[in-house]
Order: sequence, then C-alpha cells, then structure tokens
Amino acid sequence: MKEETFYITDYCTIKAGKLVVNGEVIFTAQAEESADLALFLKRIYKEKTMEYPKFFKMDMLSKLAFIGAEMVLKSAAMEQPSYDTALFLSNSTSSLDTDLKHSASIADPEAFYPSPAVFVYTLANICLAEISIRHRLQGENAFFMAPTYDTAMMHNYATYALQTKRAATVVCGWVDYLNGAYELVLYRVEKHGQVPHTIENIKHLF
Amino acid sequence: MENLKTELKTKIIDVLNLEDIEINDIQDTDALFGDGLGLDSIDALELIVLMDKDYGIKLSDPKEGRAIFQSIETMAAYISANRTK
Repeated sequence: MKEETFYITDYCTIKAGKLVVNGEVIFTAQAEESADLALFLKRIYKEKTMEYPKFFKMDMLSKLAFIGAEMVLKSAAMEQPSYDTALFLSNSTSSLDTDLKHSASIADPEAFYPSPAVFVYTLANICLAEISIRHRLQGENAFFMAPTYDTAMMHNYATYALQTKRAATVVCGWVDYLNGAYELVLYRVEKHGQVPHTIENIKHLF
Repeated sequence: MENLKTELKTKIIDVLNLEDIEINDIQDTDALFGDGLGLDSIDALELIVLMDKDYGIKLSDPKEGRAIFQSIETMAAYISANRTK
C-alpha cells in the first residue's frame, strides 16, 4: 500500500510547569503550582472556563490527559459524536500513582475502606474514556505502556488507522504521572495540514 | 440533627470532590441524585463507604440505599436511628 502523507495539525505539551500549545506558552505554573500539578491544572481549568465538574473527580493522570485533549481538540468541530476520531496514548507508569493510593487504602485490615472513586482509575486507559465522554468520541482507542515514547510504532499505528480509513483524525501522545512527576505531549494528526506527520517531526514535539 | 446535616454536607462535598459547591448550596431536601446534586453511581458507592467508615452502618441492599440517599434529610434521619459510632 502506498503510504499517504498525513499532517500534525495541533499539539500540546504540559511539562516542567508550562502548558504549550502549538509552540506558544499558554500557562506557566506560579509559586506553589510548580510543585503541585493539581493546582496548576485547576487554574487552567478555571481560566479556560471548561465547566465540567467531573474534572474534579478524576485522578491526576486523567486530569492531565483531559486538559491536554482540551487543547488539541478545541479547534476540531466536535458538536456531534465522532465515530472517526481515534485516540492512541502511551506512558511508562500506567496508572501506578492511583494504584498506590488504592493499595494504601486497603493495607490495614482494621480500616479496610477502599474508595470506589479511586478504584475506578486503577487502569491507565480510563483517561481515554474521560476524553471520549467529554468530546463524544466513539472511534478506536488504545493505550500502550513503554519505557519511553515509541515514536516509530506510534507513527505507524496512527498512519495505518488513517490510511485504512478506520479514523479521519487521530490524537496521539504521551501522558505520564507518578508521585508528582508528570509529562504530557499530545498531537492531532489529520489528512490536511502544514507539518508532515513524520517520525522526525514527532520527536521535535518532545 | 441540624449538626449532623451540616456535618454530612461537609463530608459529601469533601469525599465526592464537589469543587464548586458550598454547604449553603445544598438544601436539606434537595435530591442528591438526578436533577439535584447530580451524583452518579460511583458517588453512591462512596456514600455507602462513608456510612460504614464514619457511622458504622453497613448497607447491603441497594433498594434500601435508594431511599436513604434521597436527600440530606433522609440520610441524617437514617444515621441518627442506626449509627453505631
């Protein structure tokens, strides 16, 4: 099959106290926000008037993915349910941050009170569900675990989904959170755009 | 009973992460689910855990929970009558 060229149309990074969209710094963590991602994301949520109370119930991995997805999907028309937008994300620590919280809540047999609201986030792919519910996405999705972002594999996976018309838009990227350490890189890939979806260009986003 | 209602409102806001809701926003007879506070099924499970952890009440019958969790008033009445701690 002849490989078509697809394009990176929007991208967002959240790392080292900065939220960057398409190369422009939109938010910078202030004072205590630098050491507390929850505060930083909360301010972004408030200032962008996202009005989605479920945000506050999410674990940190889902909050991070949710805010990133708001940035890369904001310019896409999502008024109707989308059956051809796919989500392919990856990280290295899965849902370990929440797994540890859940584990701590069941460590004492005398005070065995697991929280259902914590337990539901003990899978990394729940963040895909949160994004899908918010943006009414009903296309393919997958979450991969790897020590680092496997650029070649993710490039191939996204290209194949677009080329075989299983998706018209793909949101790809890395979203990782553990014990306060975090990194998000999300990018949208479509048929038309300016920046070719190549392995080299993806690496430049990180 | 009034103290218990206020205590419940505080706990519900805290446990269920109702970020934009204040104690005064919740009326004693407001529906907790559906059109009221808009709580969902996971919230219902959290309330069951809260009843056990803080008041020593174990709920095993979901139908029973539906009546108890109608409002702050119904919760407070049930807790007052059945609490073991």
